[in-house]
Amino acid sequence: MNSQNLTEKSFIEKNNFLKNLFKNNFTRYKCTFEDNDEVVFEGNDFLEVMSIMQNNNDIKFETLIDIIAVDYSDYGISEWNSKNANNKGYSRGIKKDSSGRYTYETSKTHFNQPRKRFAAIYNLLSVSSNERLKVKFYCEDDENPSLPTATSIWASADWYEREAYDLLGIVFINHPDLRRILTDYGFIGHPLRKDFPLIGNVEVNYDLDKERVVYQPVTIKPRVLIPKVIREVADKEDKNA
Amino acid sequence: MPEIKSFTMNFGPQHPSAHGVLRLILELEGEVIVRADPHIGLLHRGTEKLAESKPYNQSIGYMDRLDYVSMMSNEHAYVMSIEKLLDIGIPIRAKYIRVMFDEITRVLNHLMWLGAHALDIGAMSVFLYAFREREDLMDCYEAVSGTRMHATYYRPGGVAKDLPLEMPKYEETKWKSKKDVNKLNEAREGTLLDFIEDFTNRFPKCIDEYETLLTDNRIWKQRTVDIGIVSKERALQLGFTGPMLRGSGVAWDLRKKQPYEVYKNLEFDIPIGTNGDCYDRYLVRVEEMRQSNKIIQQCVEWLKNNDGEVISDNNKITAPSRNEVKEDMESLIYHFKLFTEGYCIPKGEVYSAVEHPKGEFGVTLISDGSNKPYRLKVRAPGFPHLAALNEMVNGHMISDVVAMIGTQDIVFGEIDR
Repeated sequence: MNSQNLTEKSFIEKNNFLKNLFKNNFTRYKCTFEDNDEVVFEGNDFLEVMSIMQNNNDIKFETLIDIIAVDYSDYGISEWNSKNANNKGYSRGIKKDSSGRYTYETSKTHFNQPRKRFAAIYNLLSVSSNERLKVKFYCEDDENPSLPTATSIWASADWYEREAYDLLGIVFINHPDLRRILTDYGFIGHPLRKDFPLIGNVEVNYDLDKERVVYQPVTIKPRVLIPKVIREVADKEDKNA
Repeated sequence: MPEIKSFTMNFGPQHPSAHGVLRLILELEGEVIVRADPHIGLLHRGTEKLAESKPYNQSIGYMDRLDYVSMMSNEHAYVMSIEKLLDIGIPIRAKYIRVMFDEITRVLNHLMWLGAHALDIGAMSVFLYAFREREDLMDCYEAVSGTRMHATYYRPGGVAKDLPLEMPKYEETKWKSKKDVNKLNEAREGTLLDFIEDFTNRFPKCIDEYETLLTDNRIWKQRTVDIGIVSKERALQLGFTGPMLRGSGVAWDLRKKQPYEVYKNLEFDIPIGTNGDCYDRYLVRVEEMRQSNKIIQQCVEWLKNNDGEVISDNNKITAPSRNEVKEDMESLIYHFKLFTEGYCIPKGEVYSAVEHPKGEFGVTLISDGSNKPYRLKVRAPGFPHLAALNEMVNGHMISDVVAMIGTQDIVFGEIDR
């Protein structure tokens, strides 16, 4: 297994690590650990927090390894109710209303989550002290998600932010050149959002009469072979190292 | 004299030295580049979106197709992230097999890079030599997985099959005489491990051959020395990893710094550059091939002396054997559940990274407790490298763009995803 120092530390050790990082300012920033190995910050201190991360005396996170933008709107929603059984047997995994089965007309978000819809996880690496840290910021506004840009702190944030904007529609304020990056010229929508149909919205075709490539609505139908199901997870006793 | 105005030029996407489908918009002042704007995404297949709609095991094949010249390393990061979330270990033999194939993959990748890079800058013959050796390594892929490139060999819990005891052999054809076939089959008489051992004995001489063609070659040096210099600080700022970072003189290698699998038990060195130019990165990669060769030798030795399981026997994650399915009801149920539904992974978020031939290849996996990844994010090493292209080519001549694309070891499968 990958021995990443911080992930193996206990909760208290991690907290001490952060206290060390922020010194006297620790109480100013509202931060908690989520999923046990990433630190979630609340509030509007983005640039302050990030520049402390990049430039402090103890542990310098010189490199921004990755930005992972996430749409949480479908989190924990299963297509198959696996708990209840009645005298007709178990339920079938054919719930019509779920991502993966959407078309352009039927797509919608069923968003009633306890947390915000969009988040960006900044995966930081300290080459000098061999540490990793994941820092997470939720976007305050679910409708128009935005975050300040980190390009002034890490140059590599440039394309990662363009990617997050392209695929999830998070706007990075003050980004020098926020264009789409991975999708087609003139693309509409943000593909990694959970309400974007898996089959897409348009397809391209060569039109013999017009003698050029044309866009048209997709002709394929959504098809899910294996439904998404959430089950209580397998026992962890069968470990063999 | 006529006045030369700056102008904008389109480069690619269909250009032999664009390494696939890179489109560059170059702003030139005479022959000097003022700005380069890479347009990527022409090979975007939506791997991450597709993975969200499939059970975990069905996406392993997609990983091969990300960086399609270092297939097994991609799989490695993906299966490692699943294992981490499931919190399962894998048999020690599987670890050695994985490390051995990771290093074979590194050699495969670097050979491809060396050949293509040299071809781009005008040295034809290296390409032919490099592909001669690649053929042998491809045969190892084929022997172990049945396919030369997209292996789908690593599985959560280990690897798909144990190493075969026999190598596939050449047959006599219209184009290959009996004599040629016998010569080709000479090394293939034994097991796969014998074949790999034979290869590792031959390979250092082959590297010497490439080096005679390039290392002290005047044209090669003129095209690479002091081209595309990246300082230590900038390399870190720009998110460089792998040979790109080491070429700039930062001793950073995940195999040493955050060792995974059995790298701790193996002996090898990490080469680093001094100037951070194209020539240094060339030297780093050539030395890496030699080091990989050493690692492969150590793995072969261990694998020859130690037998054992190659995949975990936790049948909730891995398929039971055919015989078990026929005799045992439990196994039949496991088999059915595994192939109709897959397995569920506990809630959580993990990041796992491997030292991929091109740099740090990482997979961030977010699970909501279901049988499909909630979000899969692939951290492709080439992505930040290409993002730095503008900075690297700035002020260089137009012919250096090709050298720069070459030195970055760009592959669009991983960048566009």
